[in-house]
Amino acid sequence: MVIAENTKAPPRPAPVPPRRRWRPWGADGVTGWALVTPAVVLIGIFGLLPVLMSLQLSFQHSDLLTPETPWVGFDNYRKMADDPVFLEAIKHTIIYTALFVPGTMLVGLLVAAAMNRSVRFISVYRTAAYITMAVSTISQGIIFLWLTDRDYGLVNAALNGVGVPSQPFLASPSQAIYVIVAMTIWGWTGFSVIVYLAALQGVPAELHEAAAIDGAKPFTRFRTITVPLLGPANLFLLVWLTINALQLFDEVYATTRGGPLRATTVIVYYLWDQAFVHFDAGYAAAMAYALFVVILLVTAVQFRLARRYAHHP
Amino acid sequence: MTVDVAGSRWRLPFSPWHLVLIPLSFLLVVPLLWMLITSLETEGEANHFPPVLFPAKPRFANYTEAWAQAPFGHFFLNSLTVTVVVLVSNLVVCSLAGYAFARIRFLGRGTLFVVLMATLMVPFQVTMIPVFLIVKWFGVNVWEGLGIDHIGALMLPNLATAFGIFFLRQFFQTVPVELEEAARVDGTSRLGVLFKIVLPLSLPAMSTLAALTVLTSWNDFLWPLIVITSEDQMTVPLGLSYFQGAHHVQWPLLMAANVMSLLPMLLVFIGAQRYFVQSVASTGIKG
Repeated sequence: MVIAENTKAPPRPAPVPPRRRWRPWGADGVTGWALVTPAVVLIGIFGLLPVLMSLQLSFQHSDLLTPETPWVGFDNYRKMADDPVFLEAIKHTIIYTALFVPGTMLVGLLVAAAMNRSVRFISVYRTAAYITMAVSTISQGIIFLWLTDRDYGLVNAALNGVGVPSQPFLASPSQAIYVIVAMTIWGWTGFSVIVYLAALQGVPAELHEAAAIDGAKPFTRFRTITVPLLGPANLFLLVWLTINALQLFDEVYATTRGGPLRATTVIVYYLWDQAFVHFDAGYAAAMAYALFVVILLVTAVQFRLARRYAHHP
Repeated sequence: MTVDVAGSRWRLPFSPWHLVLIPLSFLLVVPLLWMLITSLETEGEANHFPPVLFPAKPRFANYTEAWAQAPFGHFFLNSLTVTVVVLVSNLVVCSLAGYAFARIRFLGRGTLFVVLMATLMVPFQVTMIPVFLIVKWFGVNVWEGLGIDHIGALMLPNLATAFGIFFLRQFFQTVPVELEEAARVDGTSRLGVLFKIVLPLSLPAMSTLAALTVLTSWNDFLWPLIVITSEDQMTVPLGLSYFQGAHHVQWPLLMAANVMSLLPMLLVFIGAQRYFVQSVASTGIKG
């Protein structure tokens, strides 16, 4: 393309129309506030106020029933450091998150890559992957309890078929957390496949064609063209899955209730247990705040790292 | 699609990718298929190793027995009521606020928006204990039906979400402002513009938000677990968990209950799959 030489003087910028004087309490101001009021009231009461109440609660002793909630200073926070069950719960949460997040991303990417093509019945195949998203966490838990049953489970039958002896799975303190990892990866497959498929469909076909003409093999093209362009999807899944992994609760409740021998007691399970089973709401609020800070930190670090290593196309 | 195998004229009558996609899809739905199969087996067939893959004669009585042993009708009705109220409220409240944030200049708009969006970062565990206390207060001081152990308590904290406001505001900003200005010049009110021009143009965004809201509301578990204890106020996931506690080794019965619990959501999901997919894709890529 030839760029025309600019011989004329640059055109004068169009005159800015005189801005109508903005009166904060004019008709617009009133309408604006009227429209946002329902949302502000609802989110104020159930989203903002609780954040402050929770902070207050974390410095008090509360059993959720008696109206007196005496101040206890930093006791609830100090208690966390000395509570072996809480420290164990942190360990389980870290193990879970460290396996679940990359596992889900890998499975999601592989399935999405396989399903990113226009063959017959592709929508049927994709539905098979998406559908896992609609299965409630409790249904999921019940199904996997049965699939991995020590005595009659389908998984053990398959293992026996290839010569591996039956495993106790969720009944075993050393295996239970890994079964929960596998189960939740299955449950999140639909979600991650959707995200990766959307990202893969955004990769321009011309790039692949050009590289193919230059002799790049399919795997090389995938590694050098597709993967870098998946950056935003990777970051989104990394952050979103991590936030959700740190908040694991339902699937544990539905399968192991934190057991056997507390082997699957994760932070939120312990927190719920302290607040609504043992009625130590102040302590639970302190744990919730600690979790909040950790989630904020982890998210900030992930964004920072992503910026550093991002490949900008 | 056909494939050329080097050096031969042989052509596969279908894409070779089917050979990957069929086992892959099958593997993904095995857990659901196994649930369905077990729900049609007798107790003897289920408690057999190696497992009986095909029941001799489907036992549909598992379904009627499960239905008789827990008030699943109640669970469905409760879930439906909660989901519909939460959905309608979210669509109305979030579109009003989303439109104001997108188009109207009012005092404190920027600050207010940032403050509301900040709630998106707060995990539910931080707010759940105070929300429990607030809901309890509403039940005692405002109306019993909103309090602890009533389905009102499941609706009240979820009537509006910061995410819904954010999502709709983003979409409303893409609606051509000229259309609105023309109507404004003709004397249409702000609300008139929203309902007659902006919302009809925003149906895809509204459907996407609706899909996300339905899925979240229907499958919510932790909050119902905290506030509901009476069987007649339970939603489907909580009722299923309760049923599981009572029948935890009667697998065919439990699986029949599981199939019944899943069926409505699976049908809605398959029917409106486009919007569910869109809801994830749009949060993932734009969010």
